[in-house]
Amino acid sequence: MDDTELARRLAHDLDGSFEALVRGHLDRCYAIALRMLGDPREAEEVAQDALVRAYRALERYEPDRIQALQVRGWLATIVANLSRNRLRGRRIEPKPLEPLVETGREPAAGPGTDPHALAARRTEQDRLARAVLALPERYRLPVVLRHVDELSYAELVEVLGRPEGTIKAQVHRGLAMLRTALSAAELEERIA
Amino acid sequence: MTPSILASLTDDRPGALARLRAPAPAGLAERVLVEVGLHDQFAAIESPIGRLWVAWNGRGVAAVEAAPSAEAFAARHAARTGRPAGPGALPDALRLAIERRLAGDRRARVPLDLRGHTEFEQAVWLKALEIPRGEVRPYGWVAAEIGRPKAVRAVGTALGHNPVPLIVPCHRVVRTDGTIGQYSLGGPENKRTILAAEGLDPGALEAAARRGERLVGSATTRIVCWPTCRTGRRMLAKHRRPFRSLADALASGYRPCKVCRPTALALAA
Repeated sequence: MDDTELARRLAHDLDGSFEALVRGHLDRCYAIALRMLGDPREAEEVAQDALVRAYRALERYEPDRIQALQVRGWLATIVANLSRNRLRGRRIEPKPLEPLVETGREPAAGPGTDPHALAARRTEQDRLARAVLALPERYRLPVVLRHVDELSYAELVEVLGRPEGTIKAQVHRGLAMLRTALSAAELEERIA
Repeated sequence: MTPSILASLTDDRPGALARLRAPAPAGLAERVLVEVGLHDQFAAIESPIGRLWVAWNGRGVAAVEAAPSAEAFAARHAARTGRPAGPGALPDALRLAIERRLAGDRRARVPLDLRGHTEFEQAVWLKALEIPRGEVRPYGWVAAEIGRPKAVRAVGTALGHNPVPLIVPCHRVVRTDGTIGQYSLGGPENKRTILAAEGLDPGALEAAARRGERLVGSATTRIVCWPTCRTGRRMLAKHRRPFRSLADALASGYRPCKVCRPTALALAA
């Protein structure tokens, strides 16, 4: 079901079609939050909160307004705002150098694990995720929305409320920072 | 980092970091649906009449029922509400609130999900919630209090449809003739058991009603109450004056208690 059809069904029967929205968009919401926050438990809370807020908003909206919704961008906006609120609430930025253990992908470090063995187990995926988390927020959010979630620039303009040119520049700059960070990390590893 | 990954980090097309997509944890979709009230969860609780099943969602408690098994309860619940129900752990806050309410603490707020029921039914149930533990009121009192004094029979029907017995204490509403009356949660014997567990003596109540004692007044305060009113029960036996009706009490110079608000009851009820 595409989002136009989903919006049409939500407008006519919210309770009968909201489950389709959850099944179709929950993974996206979770992935955006995870890559913004770095913490699987927090990402889970944000994804749940976002969809619950979406339902309560839809309950209040007139059918015409629901039918006109751009569901993908609208949900991304809710997740982005909740993720930003979490980041603001933190006293310090996420610690990008801490090993980010992907749930189900890598065994957690036991008490006897030495740093070298731990480093060896870090996958490229983890390094990439940590590099994204190390980006300043104004680059991280556009990069995550564009390149993890695959939103179009038209959708990004809606979600971020900035001009397209600004967002494009932020995405380019963010990707350049990622390439630099990953090259440097690799160099360090070779020297070590 | 392989060169191919670095090379792929360009803005040529969206999805350069597609490898960072991650599926949401198992069960998260279900938690969302429960939170917004589209799916329910259920668990067993203990009560004076044995094990009961409680179903709830993010809006509140939706059902309390006796059922022979989890499967039987889930099937009946789904048929009645249209919502699938899966086994779950009753959230601590909700369990505590239910326990406190069943123990008689009326300040314990138990959120209820009463969607799909009529305004009249909800008015009846909200009124039943006002009856303190250890006290009973007649159907006619509920009818009068919600502004529908003639709807005594409809009040009885609404109480019979109470989806959350014990939490909404429909067992504290008795027949206008003073007999204990029917009970949806397994019949009148259960109603007696629950009232006894709340400190009442159902047999003594019925015996008093048979003697014609519908109300009791205090000869010192000249206030007349329902027999189980907590202020009325404090009066000394020597000051206790039984009345057949509110009219009799008023004629004797008594005024109705402001706490239990005895009402004139339709004789037909």
